[in-house]
Amino acid sequence: MEATIEVTGLRKRFGPTLALDGMTFTVDPGQVTGFVGPNGAGKSTTMRVVLGLDAAEQGTALIGGQRYQDLRHPLSHVGSLLDAGALQPSRSARNHLLWLAHSQGLNARRVDEVVGQAGLQSAIKRRAGGYSLGMRQRLGIAAALLGDPPILMMDEPFNGMDPEGIVWMRGFLRSLAAEGRAVLVSSHLMGELQDTADHLVVVGRGKVIADTSVADLISAASGDRVAVRTTARTEAMTVLTHAGATVAATGPDTLTISGLTAQRVVTLLGDGAVPFSEVSAHRATLEEAYMELTRDAVEFRAAADSTGAAR
Amino acid sequence: MSAGTITPYRSAQPAGHDGFPQLLRAEWIKFRSVRGWIIGVVVAGLLMLAVGLLGVQASIACSSGPHAPVKHGAACVTPVPIGPGGEPVSDSFYFVRQPLTGNGSITAQVTSLTGVQQSAAPSGPNTAQTQAGPHVLQPWSKAGIIIKQSTKQGSAYAAMMVTGGNGVRMQYDYTQDIAGIPGKVSAVHPRWLRLTRSGDTITGYDSADGFHWTRVGSADLAGLPSTVQVGLFATSPMHVYESSSFGSGNYNGVNTIATGVFDHVGVSGQHGGAWAGAAVGGSQGLGPNGPGDSYQQAGGSFTVTGSGDIAPVTAGPGSSVGPSGTIEQHLVGTFAGLIAVVVIATMFITAEYRRGMIRLTLAATPRRGRVLAAKAVVIGAVTFVLGLIAAIIAVLIGTRLSANQGIYVFPVSWQTEARVLLGTAAVLAVGAVLALAVGTILRRSAAAITVVIAGVVLTYILAMASLVPLPVAEWLLRVTPAAGFAIQQSLPRWPQVTGVYGLPQYYPLSPWAGFAVLCGYAVVAMGLAVLLLRRRDA
Repeated sequence: MEATIEVTGLRKRFGPTLALDGMTFTVDPGQVTGFVGPNGAGKSTTMRVVLGLDAAEQGTALIGGQRYQDLRHPLSHVGSLLDAGALQPSRSARNHLLWLAHSQGLNARRVDEVVGQAGLQSAIKRRAGGYSLGMRQRLGIAAALLGDPPILMMDEPFNGMDPEGIVWMRGFLRSLAAEGRAVLVSSHLMGELQDTADHLVVVGRGKVIADTSVADLISAASGDRVAVRTTARTEAMTVLTHAGATVAATGPDTLTISGLTAQRVVTLLGDGAVPFSEVSAHRATLEEAYMELTRDAVEFRAAADSTGAAR
Repeated sequence: MSAGTITPYRSAQPAGHDGFPQLLRAEWIKFRSVRGWIIGVVVAGLLMLAVGLLGVQASIACSSGPHAPVKHGAACVTPVPIGPGGEPVSDSFYFVRQPLTGNGSITAQVTSLTGVQQSAAPSGPNTAQTQAGPHVLQPWSKAGIIIKQSTKQGSAYAAMMVTGGNGVRMQYDYTQDIAGIPGKVSAVHPRWLRLTRSGDTITGYDSADGFHWTRVGSADLAGLPSTVQVGLFATSPMHVYESSSFGSGNYNGVNTIATGVFDHVGVSGQHGGAWAGAAVGGSQGLGPNGPGDSYQQAGGSFTVTGSGDIAPVTAGPGSSVGPSGTIEQHLVGTFAGLIAVVVIATMFITAEYRRGMIRLTLAATPRRGRVLAAKAVVIGAVTFVLGLIAAIIAVLIGTRLSANQGIYVFPVSWQTEARVLLGTAAVLAVGAVLALAVGTILRRSAAAITVVIAGVVLTYILAMASLVPLPVAEWLLRVTPAAGFAIQQSLPRWPQVTGVYGLPQYYPLSPWAGFAVLCGYAVVAMGLAVLLLRRRDA
């Protein structure tokens, strides 16, 4: 079976809200695919549809070509972490994993293995209700790993993690992908996926806005803009505009120029005897690139929130 | 991009089985790993015992012996004869008899059956008033011929008789009743009756003219001795009536006396010659020398007068055994245990909805109907085992407590006792499954628990505690899930005995019919739950 998730044309409505509006993307093995978008963009709904929990009105979601509902011992195909809080608080973490293991015909030995992988050995006998959110995320990871699946799908796994946990999680996700697994990780904060995701599926208003590698996205968002630091802002703007560039003042002594290379900017400013202290190629952060892509979706969500119909 | 060069992950772990047994094990782990649920189950059992056994303490009713110490109350209970089938019986009648050895037969013509009723006025036995008239003849007043093992109460017998309202009957060994010629007996329409003994088999015949005989039935009285008592008898059961307004549950009883007139009495076989009269089992408030319980012989004609009954005993108002109880009275705590069971069974699914864990469950097992089935099996089995243990303890302790209180507990066959105990456990188990199903449908603990407790427990309490008029109570126990409690009824209704077949001893539906109503609710609820679980987004 191919270790892929193929989502095609998903459409789903919750009352008046169109939650999924033709959601289409593919998750490939061997890389971490970031699934990003503002809250309410349809990430969780898409994951629930993939797991056969919610039914889409249109479209298909296939795991290696099969519907999730048709999989035998599904946790050995897809491990998922939808909600770290989804556990009975008075049940011990170990028993939480144990029932899940037995439902797949797995045994207690496998439970001990994933507990080790998730770094939970010391706390495993405790009530899961006493766990911090970060520990619950680790417990959820352990649950997702029970079936040793080639596909992993996690909804906001960084939530509630301390900085140390975030670092661990990033490394862990990358190592899973390096083993050849397909890893889909959702987040509403692009920064969390910095240095983690290889590929991004950016969604808003229930559909895919961008489906791209991280490198491509950043370079697209960066454009060929150049940042200039100068005490003679007006003169610099005159010279550069004259040369055909678009110039924006981004601070009291900084300008952002597009339409010219950094080298050309240096030459022009030198020729015009305009003093400057720094010229650099502008590189967008992942956050900036994402904000730009999802601006429309965020506006939509704000409008939806104000009518009380957010989902 | 680089996906083409990646080697997809292949697990080295062998895939496990994900069949139903694995699912059962998973759900069992879920159940046993929540301490509150285990405690809840134990609490359910303790509630069953506490409520059931407190009831015994409250029912001190040694009314016939106010001076008898309660602790030794058994002294105020007259011993109840036990029939050949093990059931408690009434065996009081006037018997005009002679011994018969070996095979033989008895034949008689009955020309009249009349009744009188002792005055309902609370007067002493010596001033007993009687009033005559056809209206006081009871439907099951009876006079006829009988072959009986001995004059000992509870001994085996077979009899042919005319009755006040049910025509000719053949009855034997208290519980058996076969209809013969219908209609009332009179001088114009006499009835001929015959019993023949051949070994252990006694065959009854009836005839309207003494020439054309019809076989009514035959009784196999295993172990009948060579010499038996054969003769004429008359008896008439107590008339029980509601003393005040409709549905009040207050009953009074008065003794009635039946008189049968016999002619053409003949005994064949090796028999003892002279007739002798005896009141078997004493008499119902009338001395042997009183107006009842006597016989006169004039030529070939006999007039026999008696009071009492030859029939199984019924419980409830008018019962001839005084303060009495049934084994299921010690199980009245079942409803209290059921409350706890309903709460736990509902939580078994609603807790998953509350925490969102249902998504993990259904992601692990996309075949949703199986998930619910596994949960039903687990919660049903747990509550069944609990219920059975609690029921056995309650009946064991309760029966002993009742005996110490001087309360006569109706003995029942081991099959009946097993049905009552297993049935009690099954009511809890099916109630748990119903609660699980309703919890799945409503997805909220409070709403689901309220619905199920109102439907099963509240209706039961309303009906059994006489909080609603009797017809409403009986209606509730027919159409609501509380009908299932009928499985606890240990005493049967006897068509040949006029009794007050009311709550709490007698349910409007038979034990299995009532249980089927409860099961019907559970099945329908489970069906709807599976349908919704499959259809709805998790």
